Amino acid sequence: MNSLEILVQYWPRLLDGTLMTIKLTLMGALIAAAVSPMLALVRVHAAPMAQAPLRIYVSFMRGTPILAQLFLIFYGSGQFRPFLQEWGLWNFFRDPFNCALLAFALNSTAYQTEILRGGILGVPRGEIEAAKAIGLNRLKTLRRVVFPHAYRIAWPALGNEVILLMKASALASVVTVFDLMGRTRQVFSKTFDFSVYLWAALIYLCITAIFVLLWRQAERRLSRHTGARHTPQATAQPLKETRA
Amino acid sequence: MTLKKTLTLALASAAMAAGTASADGLRLGTEGAYPPFNYIESDGSIAGFDVEIGLELCKRIGEDCEVVAQDWDGIIPGLLADKYDFIIASMFITEERKKQVDFTDPYYLAAMTHVVPKGSDITEFTNEALSGMVIGAQSGTTQADYIETAYPDADIRLYPTQDEVNLDMASGRIDLQVGDMLPMLDWTTKSEDGGCCELAGEPITDPAFVGDGVGIAVRQEDDALREKLNAALAEIRADGTYKAINDKYFDIDVYTMK
Amino acid sequence: MFELFSYGDAGWGDEILQGLAITVQLAIATLPVGLCIGFLAAFASMSRARPLRFLGFGYTTIMRGLPEILTLFVVYNGAGLLINAALRWWAPEASPIDFSPFAAGVVALGMVFGAFAAEVLRGAFQSLDQGQVEAGRAIGMSSRQIFLRIQLPQVWRFALPGLGNLWINMLKDTALVSVIALDDLMRMTKVAVGVTKQPFTFYLLACLIYWAMCVLSELVLAQMERRANRGIRRA
Repeated sequence: MNSLEILVQYWPRLLDGTLMTIKLTLMGALIAAAVSPMLALVRVHAAPMAQAPLRIYVSFMRGTPILAQLFLIFYGSGQFRPFLQEWGLWNFFRDPFNCALLAFALNSTAYQTEILRGGILGVPRGEIEAAKAIGLNRLKTLRRVVFPHAYRIAWPALGNEVILLMKASALASVVTVFDLMGRTRQVFSKTFDFSVYLWAALIYLCITAIFVLLWRQAERRLSRHTGARHTPQATAQPLKETRA
Repeated sequence: MTLKKTLTLALASAAMAAGTASADGLRLGTEGAYPPFNYIESDGSIAGFDVEIGLELCKRIGEDCEVVAQDWDGIIPGLLADKYDFIIASMFITEERKKQVDFTDPYYLAAMTHVVPKGSDITEFTNEALSGMVIGAQSGTTQADYIETAYPDADIRLYPTQDEVNLDMASGRIDLQVGDMLPMLDWTTKSEDGGCCELAGEPITDPAFVGDGVGIAVRQEDDALREKLNAALAEIRADGTYKAINDKYFDIDVYTMK
Repeated sequence: MFELFSYGDAGWGDEILQGLAITVQLAIATLPVGLCIGFLAAFASMSRARPLRFLGFGYTTIMRGLPEILTLFVVYNGAGLLINAALRWWAPEASPIDFSPFAAGVVALGMVFGAFAAEVLRGAFQSLDQGQVEAGRAIGMSSRQIFLRIQLPQVWRFALPGLGNLWINMLKDTALVSVIALDDLMRMTKVAVGVTKQPFTFYLLACLIYWAMCVLSELVLAQMERRANRGIRRA
């Protein structure tokens, strides 16, 4: 069975897997995006003692392999089933998709918090002072001045983070979620034809390429009022944001 | 820690093995995650029915054997990539596998079975009855093939090792699983967490899935090795060594399933 | 509960420590491989020759865009076949090389590390003050001298934070080799879980060990950064 035949015969499974990968990545990134602004503010403004639990959480998420986090949540929840059932949480943890999503969301939240923190710290003080001068209160300042600028600064790094999340999502197959990697392994275990891995690689690269294109378009649109001709590119990996 | 026999090896037999085996000793590939057939002891050594039979066969052939553990998903590619010389890991002889490797004569017969929680009300094992239920199995096995073919409407979960299927069976994440009869019997009767569950339904003996039995896989060009293993297998059957090893693990003769 | 972690036959402490040893060995073996590939790819990306630039750019884009576990599978399943096929064509009598999971891990992780490192190094090289290079040329230093005496020490200073991060990521990536049957920390944890049926306990222990390694690495790296930046006046 040659490479093309594999694709022709198994493309529904690969498509299924691709959709699952995209679903996991997007949902994980969106949940993290919803939670991280608040946490980033805590990281920037709160007293060091108050920040401690958050810093421990971020350190843990960034200091442990995502594979270990997945196993911890997936199999660990199984060990505590009676306890979880009492609290009505077992139905959530029973579904492997939920466990994987939880792991990815927790992980991405930690990284996005740090990225946003960098963005917030990068907003020029002058803008905040100007906002105060024209009488905007704290909430309005955050909403109208700080966050829009912070997101613009953090945009390339956030894009990288989503790409890294998608790569991490390939591990969901180890806890029985049929994402693209899981489907690929399934096809390989039937056919032992190596080319299925190459097709999966191609699909991952395509998803990444399309995403980078869209992200840069969005960045151009976000910065359209600044007049900058050359916006920072999202391919080079900024320092702290690569992860495993 | 391998049970290395201190026999030296004639270079002639190595040459006869089509020149693909390494010069000294054979390597035996197994999974190491499938009690009671192959598993890892707490001191790190690989043991089990498969391993003992394999080493005994090696002794009869007159070779030193090294036991190599390999994940199930990569066990046939590993053989083809020369990581070991034969696989003895409770692998069913199926047509699909025969396209990649050759098998010796079966060294035991097996069937598959359903496993459900004790007191469960699952009695029918048809696609309609099990539609929507969560069924688990180890990936890359005949069990996985079976549930994908027989129960396409169910929510199928595939795990990298049998242990993980058992873990989720015990915690209730999956409603039932399909496994090899003997390991499942061993798990449900002899282990602590397996006490949650019991075998159910008729044994699955459809040759389309269980094939001709469980055999030893060798590379397709290693005919000489295959012949030698067959001869050795007949020998240990005849002189009672097989029975001795068999009785250590099972109450019935697994060669004939009686 | 703590007797589970003890040494000897009953406890899993020694197996887990053995796994940890393999993990550390893997990381240490991968580092030079990754740095070599990183330098090569960085030079390729910065070279004047178009095809080299294309090669460098292509390599880093592809290796950074693929999930590490996919790269690992491709190397593990494919490289052995490739090498042995080439070997059979070249020298049919030679015995096949066993491409061990350890080697596959080193190659795969090294290739990924190299791709990310190439970008970090490229950024570091490009943020060098060109004036210094020109000054070196003006006083007659050879290209080699310029590289060793002017560029490399400063590139080291610029690239250290980025490379340090990549090291920590690589430490965590080693957990992936558990999926290809290498007896690293993650895999020994899995085995322990399989026998003791206490996943939360053992996976938490594994997480804590990785966390400790990463925190330790961060401390050492901070120290190295301080030393590399000694004498530099901050803006």
